Amino acid sequence: MEDESHNRNDCEEAIHKIYHFLDGELTDERRAQIEKHLDDCPPCGAAFDFETELRKVIADHCRDRVPDSLKEKIASRINHEIASDSKL
Amino acid sequence: MADQQAFVEQAMEHMPALYSAALRMTRNPSDAEDLVQETYLKAYRAFGSFHQGTNLKAWLYRILTNTYINIYRAKQRRPEETEFDEVEELYLYRRSGGSSNSLGKSAEEVVLNGLTDDIVKEALEALPEQFRIAVLLADVEGFSYQEISEIVDSPVGTVMSRIHRGRKALQKLLHQYAVARGLLPGEETGVVLDDDSLVPGRMRIGVASDKGSETNLEGEP
Repeated sequence: MEDESHNRNDCEEAIHKIYHFLDGELTDERRAQIEKHLDDCPPCGAAFDFETELRKVIADHCRDRVPDSLKEKIASRINHEIASDSKL
Repeated sequence: MADQQAFVEQAMEHMPALYSAALRMTRNPSDAEDLVQETYLKAYRAFGSFHQGTNLKAWLYRILTNTYINIYRAKQRRPEETEFDEVEELYLYRRSGGSSNSLGKSAEEVVLNGLTDDIVKEALEALPEQFRIAVLLADVEGFSYQEISEIVDSPVGTVMSRIHRGRKALQKLLHQYAVARGLLPGEETGVVLDDDSLVPGRMRIGVASDKGSETNLEGEP
């Protein structure tokens, strides 16, 4: 990102599009342009790696175990609905 | 009936994801349980209208989100229409040694490894509702912009804007937690963050006008 050896605009463009890139929401052409830039620019590559890892960390830390009592309640209510339907 | 059996076989496996999302939405285990129960009952009753072969998980999330908004937003005086102060790109990375290199690669790993379940959940739950739901659907559940647009019934441009702004605000909150936990030093100036800024629920949030800057990103690719 601070490297003077290549076009600074490329860094700004890559960072500006980082979320679209990580979300897989870019055209193939734009994606390829950014991938090439990341290969050529270790600072931007490191930033992208951090964002990729951060997203994994966020997703991994937002998992909660379903209480058994809730599973049983839902199964029981669905079974009740099924039983009511079969009487119709 | 085949439909009933299919529902039990296909829908129940999504319960852990739906329950986690319900916890982030309601921020309350009791309300989350009620929300998931209500979602499954509605889904069961509407299963006939589900098109087999399309995305069942997204369909269940649409019911979950609608149910949440209808039940829980009704409890609020009015929907949250909030906007943040603008947060720069790569907020957390730049404060983890990313741009200065003064702390080295290990500082980034320290931050990432130090983000525990309670930090991440609290930070996400501190985001205003519309940003919280957008980030949750994108980053935790991995839905595409188009899928999220259908789940929350908002235009893709609005969804993109909420995801991007929500992520940046989340990074700012995570940074505050990381500083509070001693994973990172405070700002370079040595200024200690004031008490309010360490409490994510009280992060400064301005009230936006109806035509706030949220729509600015519409039309971006």
